[in-house]
Amino acid sequence: MGLKKTGLMLAAVLALGACQNGGIFGGGRGGTDQTPGSGNIEESSLEYFNTTIGDTVLFAVNEATLSAAAKAKLDAQVQWLNRYPEHKITIEGHADEQGTREYNLALGARRAAAVRNYLVAAGLLETRISIISYGKERPLAVCSTEACWSQNRRAVTVVAGGMGNV
Amino acid sequence: MNYLKFLLSAALIAIASAVSAQNRPLIEIDINGPGVVEPIPVAVPQFVAETNGAQRLSGDIAAVVMSDLASTGLFREIPGTAHIAGITNFNAQPVFSDWSVVNAQALVTGAVSTSNDGRLVVKFRLFDVVAQQPIGDGVQYAGTQTSWRRMAHKVADTIYSRITGESGYFDSRIVFVSETGPKNDRRKRLAVMDYDGANLQYLTDDSSIVLAPRFAPNTRDIIYTSYESGLPQVFLLNMETGRRSQLLEDTTNMATAPRFSPDGSKVVMSIIDGSNTDIYQVDLNTRQRSRLTSSGGIDTTPSYSPDGSQIVFASDRGGSQQLYVMSAGGGEARRISAGGGSYGTPVWSPRGDMIAFTKIKGGRFHIGVMRTDGSRENLLTASFIDEAPTWSPNGRVLMFFRETAGANGAPQVYSVDLTGRNLRRVDTPSFASDPDWSGVLR
Repeated sequence: MGLKKTGLMLAAVLALGACQNGGIFGGGRGGTDQTPGSGNIEESSLEYFNTTIGDTVLFAVNEATLSAAAKAKLDAQVQWLNRYPEHKITIEGHADEQGTREYNLALGARRAAAVRNYLVAAGLLETRISIISYGKERPLAVCSTEACWSQNRRAVTVVAGGMGNV
Repeated sequence: MNYLKFLLSAALIAIASAVSAQNRPLIEIDINGPGVVEPIPVAVPQFVAETNGAQRLSGDIAAVVMSDLASTGLFREIPGTAHIAGITNFNAQPVFSDWSVVNAQALVTGAVSTSNDGRLVVKFRLFDVVAQQPIGDGVQYAGTQTSWRRMAHKVADTIYSRITGESGYFDSRIVFVSETGPKNDRRKRLAVMDYDGANLQYLTDDSSIVLAPRFAPNTRDIIYTSYESGLPQVFLLNMETGRRSQLLEDTTNMATAPRFSPDGSKVVMSIIDGSNTDIYQVDLNTRQRSRLTSSGGIDTTPSYSPDGSQIVFASDRGGSQQLYVMSAGGGEARRISAGGGSYGTPVWSPRGDMIAFTKIKGGRFHIGVMRTDGSRENLLTASFIDEAPTWSPNGRVLMFFRETAGANGAPQVYSVDLTGRNLRRVDTPSFASDPDWSGVLR
């Protein structure tokens, strides 16, 4: 399951390029996203959540604290999830390869828990949330420099249910 | 170099003539010493085939004995191509000049006989070529033909132990994670093999992520972490029956890093409760768990001392990941690592005298050892990623995995001895990580 998600996310990240929308619900009611030529994305769709709002927040080395940009994105996630309350989520925590396996597993869990705690405090029902850690087992980017490591130090909010595949 | 050789020969003569019993080691190889060890040249000619049909085994067994000895870095092979004669009668005194002329200092002779019911008998004798005397008595092993490798390892263990004074480790197994595929779609499965890579068997398929398998003291049971039920959980596997079971019924929290206690009755592990990871002990009979740490940090990778009285573990409770020792019942933990980098995956030596670990400093990984009070820290390796050491049964060799950098980076299992010498790759059919070394097989 995790592997397909990774592929989908990778495709999504590549499609957006460097385009990160930290704001709320993109360009408004029409559901227009930032990617030129891709047309409108239905606001209630998982694709909208994943690409327009953004399903991923990043972390500093060995840290699980949320940056201001991360918090803004998580605020948008909560708003969307409360607008579409039929969805449950799993927060996946990840780490880069620069640590030992078991510590990275615990660190990924710390990151997932930090996101969960923030979402709950921001108004998301805790029973809709589960967390999992993949430690360094599921890197998104495979080079061994900070350019890739920074992408791997992440927590991904995976939305289940509703239409579309995860 | 010549002086050292002379010294070794002199030692061989002096000790061999003074002692008739095989209790005293021939050479006190100071494996802890910093100096260069001059390997002992040893010849292991093809064993004598004493029955028809034992021909192939007589060559194979001699080859495994020689390979075991040479793999330690303490022995140098005088190859068969250099021998000027062979052994044709196991019971006759060897012609020592045949072996001293090719510069062998030790000679192993042997004989193999097979029977139609699958039985196998292996005999060996060990000789000091310089002193022209046997080293200890001959030994005979009986077993099945299918276990011929184990018998060769037992022969090599006895030879190693007579010459070094250390107990052997060749008759042992490694359980590890076999990996295939690209870095961002890695497939993992549990595998087990002899310490030298032979007799490899897969224990699971690669449908779920599996991590860090560990042998029970009985070498039959394995404990490991698997994602097969969704979250990473701890599983037990009986290698004889193939039966797998999840250790704990609790499925809400993640569980990882399990290890058996030395008496096999308990398991120590980490349970992840959100942002907090603590060490727990689980009684294998009752499945009752007791919590051993309660710091707000990440406490993980626990390992028992061989007498079962203490546990060493890694914790970032002080800011960076360091090594701590506590009583096996939990309670106050004292830090033993000296800082300057971060430390993880500690493993207590089966001899009780040292702890091996992974150290990360300045972007490099190292396998290191320290005394159990944290003193005499010594880093044995350095690379992009060297991680997760495991001790040989005699506490003299470590295996670990080394992962290369970059998009095509992948892990392999390596071994190195306690002094940092004799670094070698262990050959496996695909990538390999997370090795655990069994005790000597019974």
